[in-house]
Amino acid sequence: MAQRLSSARFVTVVLLALAFVAPFVLYPVFLMEALCFALFACAFNLLIGYVGLLSFGHAAFFGSAAYITAYTVKVWGVPPEIGILAGVAVAAIFGTAFGWLAIRRQGIYFSMITLALAQMVYFVALQAPFTGGEDGIQAVPRGRLFGVIDLNDTMTMYYFVLAVFLIGFALIVRTINSPFGQVIKAIRENEPRAVSLGYHADRYKLVVFILSASLSGLAGSLKSLVFELASLTDVEWTMSGWVVLMTLVGGLGTVLGPAVGAFFLVAMQHYLAQLGSWVTVVQGVIFVVCVLVFRRGIVGTIAFYAVPPRDVPGREKPTDGGEKPTEVGAAAAARGAS
Amino acid sequence: MFGWLHLTIPPAPAMFAQLLVGLINGAFYAMLSLGLAVIFGLLNIINFAHGAQYMLGAFCAWFLLSALGLGYWPALVLAPLIVGVAGIAIERLLLRHVYRLDPLYGLLLTFGLALIIEGVFRQQYGSSGQPYAIPPELRGGRNLGFMFLPNYRAWVILASLAVCLATWFTIERTRLGANLRAATENPVLVRAFGINVPRMVTLTYGAGVALAALAGVMAAPIYQVSPLMGSNIIIVVFAVVVIGGMGSISGAIISGFTLGLVEGLTKVFYPEASNTVIFVIMALVLLVKPAGFFGHAR
Repeated sequence: MAQRLSSARFVTVVLLALAFVAPFVLYPVFLMEALCFALFACAFNLLIGYVGLLSFGHAAFFGSAAYITAYTVKVWGVPPEIGILAGVAVAAIFGTAFGWLAIRRQGIYFSMITLALAQMVYFVALQAPFTGGEDGIQAVPRGRLFGVIDLNDTMTMYYFVLAVFLIGFALIVRTINSPFGQVIKAIRENEPRAVSLGYHADRYKLVVFILSASLSGLAGSLKSLVFELASLTDVEWTMSGWVVLMTLVGGLGTVLGPAVGAFFLVAMQHYLAQLGSWVTVVQGVIFVVCVLVFRRGIVGTIAFYAVPPRDVPGREKPTDGGEKPTEVGAAAAARGAS
Repeated sequence: MFGWLHLTIPPAPAMFAQLLVGLINGAFYAMLSLGLAVIFGLLNIINFAHGAQYMLGAFCAWFLLSALGLGYWPALVLAPLIVGVAGIAIERLLLRHVYRLDPLYGLLLTFGLALIIEGVFRQQYGSSGQPYAIPPELRGGRNLGFMFLPNYRAWVILASLAVCLATWFTIERTRLGANLRAATENPVLVRAFGINVPRMVTLTYGAGVALAALAGVMAAPIYQVSPLMGSNIIIVVFAVVVIGGMGSISGAIISGFTLGLVEGLTKVFYPEASNTVIFVIMALVLLVKPAGFFGHAR
């Protein structure tokens, strides 16, 4: 156990060191994009990995926050931190409304409802006068953080993005490992049982949904500052699919998986950029391959082979949690069939 | 408060024209949600590739015309057959591996398939549409006194109604349909009676896909044949399915046509909301009747 903990600490230190040195080696804009999507995917994973709800509409939160931040910063001239807060607030409001509606249904219906609600946001973004239609909101100024730190400097911006990512990530890890996190995992494993123990399952689901939506909004707001752009791509259903894919590739229900998946896919997109529409095809192929033969994802697979099951202490549970919903689903299917 | 109502009340012919458009859209919603419901019933999978397969149907008709010179009527039979066989291949090669998993994996798998199909066609044809002419027999139209009814649109409404009723009849009133419904309830028991359930599952998926392709062929002369036509419609159809519930075949048909009409009416009175009205209705229905109008709670 002690050894496990120290190796976990070792991995953390190495990753942090890499994150600090990375912009001197790699293209900083690529790293910032990857960090934004990593935060987005981690937020999304909170819902699918720990509550077992597959949202197909997270682009709504990501995109609406991106639009709000871009608009407030550009048109109202507010400082970036206020712009980000405004974006997150709007994402949280959408999250509350959508979550409240969507948790009324489960499984596949939940996915279809979130997708349909997000499409509504897409059409609003397409038609509303302030979003700039097909052009989006361009030339968003990054401004000065707290009126002091100039974010136009790429390196400064990188460390700002890194700091926000780490705060968001820490919040997610803390949530997962808190008593609250234990309850949501219990609900995922056996909802009727959790209800019978006196937990209001729907309330817990709604809180996680709002948290996930707000953090997705945070990622979207950051992204609009990094690229100085908020556009229809951010709210389109393809964006929702993109975050599902990142999480799936990295490993559903693993702590680090979504971030790894995000880095992997953003890098792939950079290399394949000249392929045009083939990128969509490659995405589709990755989806199919992941679902058929690679359901644990990158981190899930590493954890599966690196950590013998008996060495996995309670707090490490999430690393092999990815397969749990599957087994539950399979068991339910078997029960239904017999 | 209703000032805008006053401003936008259109002359009657324009209103009937929009209602007709709504009815046409409704015909496609009904046919597509019907296919989704049939597939979901037996496979317990939401076929995200349904929109892509609808698009394949339209493209298939276009290919048959431009490459082989086969017109609309042969395409109406051949395209669903070809796309249906492709669907059977997909079921045999890919889908059957996810039946024992959480249904979400089926959704993800078919989503991946939709991306692949759509990406290939977009790479080949861009986002713009290919025109497909109305067959000569159905050109022109007739004046009904209060409006002008193009013959082709009348045909689409009648044909889709016929297809919907035939599907309903097959499932609810024939022996084959009885087997199908029984297999939906309890596949193991049905197999014990000597019915080949896996084959039935394969053929059902093929039939559902063929239905989508048939809708695609019928849509080809109305909308342009474009790689994006599928993803544009499938999300609306999902909302239709949530509103109607997937419990019954007749529910899918009724809610498809009704929502198409509602959408058409919205286009008359408040055009800005015509894209979103179905989603708003979905949200309202979830508030008062979470299981949908014709569904059971799941």
